[in-house]
Amino acid sequence: MNNPGDTYDVLVIGGGPAGLAAALSAQQSGLRVAIVDDNPGLGGQIWRGDQHKPGTPEAAQWLRRVATAQVKFISGAYVYEQPEPGLLLAETFEGRRELGYQKLILATGARERFLPFPGWTLPGVAGAGGLQALVKSGLPMAGKKIVVAGTGPLLLAVAAYLQKQSANVLLIAEQASQLLSFGLSLWRWPSKIFQAIQLKRELAGIRHLTNCWVESAHGDNRLQRITLRHGQKTWDVACDYLACGFHLVPNVEVAVFFGCELQEGVVQVDELQATTVPGIYCAGEATGIGGLELSLVEGQIAGFAATNQVQQARALFAERDKLQQFANLLNRTFALRDELKRLPQPDTIVCRCEDVSFARAEKYPEWRAAKLHTRCGMGPCQGRICGPALEFLLHWQPESVRPPVFPVKVGNLIRDAGSLIEQEQ
Amino acid sequence: MPDTVMLTINGHPVIVPDGSSVATAVAISGAMAFRRSVHGEPRAPLCGMGICFECRVTINGQSHTRSCQIVCQNGMDVQTDE
Repeated sequence: MNNPGDTYDVLVIGGGPAGLAAALSAQQSGLRVAIVDDNPGLGGQIWRGDQHKPGTPEAAQWLRRVATAQVKFISGAYVYEQPEPGLLLAETFEGRRELGYQKLILATGARERFLPFPGWTLPGVAGAGGLQALVKSGLPMAGKKIVVAGTGPLLLAVAAYLQKQSANVLLIAEQASQLLSFGLSLWRWPSKIFQAIQLKRELAGIRHLTNCWVESAHGDNRLQRITLRHGQKTWDVACDYLACGFHLVPNVEVAVFFGCELQEGVVQVDELQATTVPGIYCAGEATGIGGLELSLVEGQIAGFAATNQVQQARALFAERDKLQQFANLLNRTFALRDELKRLPQPDTIVCRCEDVSFARAEKYPEWRAAKLHTRCGMGPCQGRICGPALEFLLHWQPESVRPPVFPVKVGNLIRDAGSLIEQEQ
Repeated sequence: MPDTVMLTINGHPVIVPDGSSVATAVAISGAMAFRRSVHGEPRAPLCGMGICFECRVTINGQSHTRSCQIVCQNGMDVQTDE
C-alpha cells in the first residue's frame, strides 16, 4: 500500500535552481510540496555540493530558503515509472519508493552534449561540467594538467573553478568563433556584464583560443595527451585530464515519458509553464537551454501557476522574456561547426554502453534499424549520451521513451509486478 | 583536518574526506578502471552526474551502481572491474 505520508499536492522532479524556485513558490500556497532528485544533495549540477559549501551568495540564499521552508526533499531517488496517474515509482540505493502527487513540476535540467572523437572513451577524458561535478564531489585537482575544451559558457566557468582548486589549466579551446559579438551584445543584460567581468578576472593567465578544438586523445589505458586543431595548425599537449563538453542538451526523457509534447527538441509549455498534459508543468533547461537566471524565473512561475497563484506568476513574465532573449543569443553563439562532424573515425566508439563504432552506426538511416542490428543506444544510458551526438552527426531523430525511464533493479520490477497482480486480484 | 571516512576499494583501504563520492574514492585508489566496456576497454566517469553510467561499480554487493551519485560511508566495500 502507498504510504499516505509520501503523497504531495505538488511534487517537483529535480532539485536544481528551477526545481528549488518552483518548490518555494508552490509552498507559499500552504500546500504539501516535495522535491525528488536523483542526486545526493539539492542544488542540481550548477549548485552541486553547495549545501555544505556554497559557491556563490545566490546559491547560499536559495538553499537556505528551501532548507527552512516546509519542503520535503527526497534525495538519491530516480523516478522510473508511473503505474497509475498520480503515483510515481522511484528507485533509491536502499530500494523502491512510491510517491503520490496531485500536480507535477518537471525541472529535470540539462546534461552536456558529448561528441565522439578518437580517444574520447579513455579514462581521464570527462565532460567539462562532468569534471567539475567530480571535483565538487571530492576529486583532488592540485597540480593536475588540464585542458578545457568544447563549446559554451560552461567552459569558462569550469576553467575558473578548476583553477581555484589549484589545477594547472593549460588551455581553454572553444570551437565557436563569434565570442566578440557575443561580448558586445551583453550591454542589454547588466547582471551578465558583471558576471563576465568577474569571470575574466578569475581566468586571467589562462590561455583561451576560439576556433579551436580537440581532434583526438591518446594514451595507454588512460589519457596522456591530446591533439588540438586551430585553423591549419595541429599540435599535441600532454595533460592529466581533458574536460570536454559541447554546450547542453535538455533532459526531456521524463517529460516525454509523461506524454508531454516537445517542440524543436524541448518541452513545450504555455505562458504559465504548463505542458500539454493537464496538471504537469515544466521549468528550466528542459524547456530550452537558458541558464541559471531564466531557470529560477521559470521555476517560480511554474510553482505559482501549479498552485493557483496566477497573479504572482504573471508578475514574472516580463523578466522571463528578457532572459529568454539572452538565451537565444547564447544558443546562436555556441552553434556547432561542421568540422566536428568529421572527427569520428570508422573505429571511433559512438555508443559507449554497447561499444558501437561510428562505421557500424552510420550504415543505418535511423535509430530503429541501428538498434536492431547493433544495440546502439540500448545500453544503460538509453541513448542519453550517443543520442544527441548521433542527432548532430547523422541527423537521427530521438525515439519514444518507455518505462522504466532509468534502468531499474530487477528486484524492484518484480515487486512492481507483484503489486499489480495483487491489485488485479 | 576535515572528518574522513574509510572504505575498501578492491580490498584496499582508502581514506577520503567526508562527503566524497564513491567515484572520487575509486579515482584516488588508483584502480585501473571503474568498469570494462563490452569489448574490455577501461572506462571512467564522463558526465559526473549519473547519466552516462560509465562510473558503474559494485558497492556492498550491489552491481551496476553509479559511483558518482553515491556518497562514501565508513566500511563500504567497493569492487571495480580490474
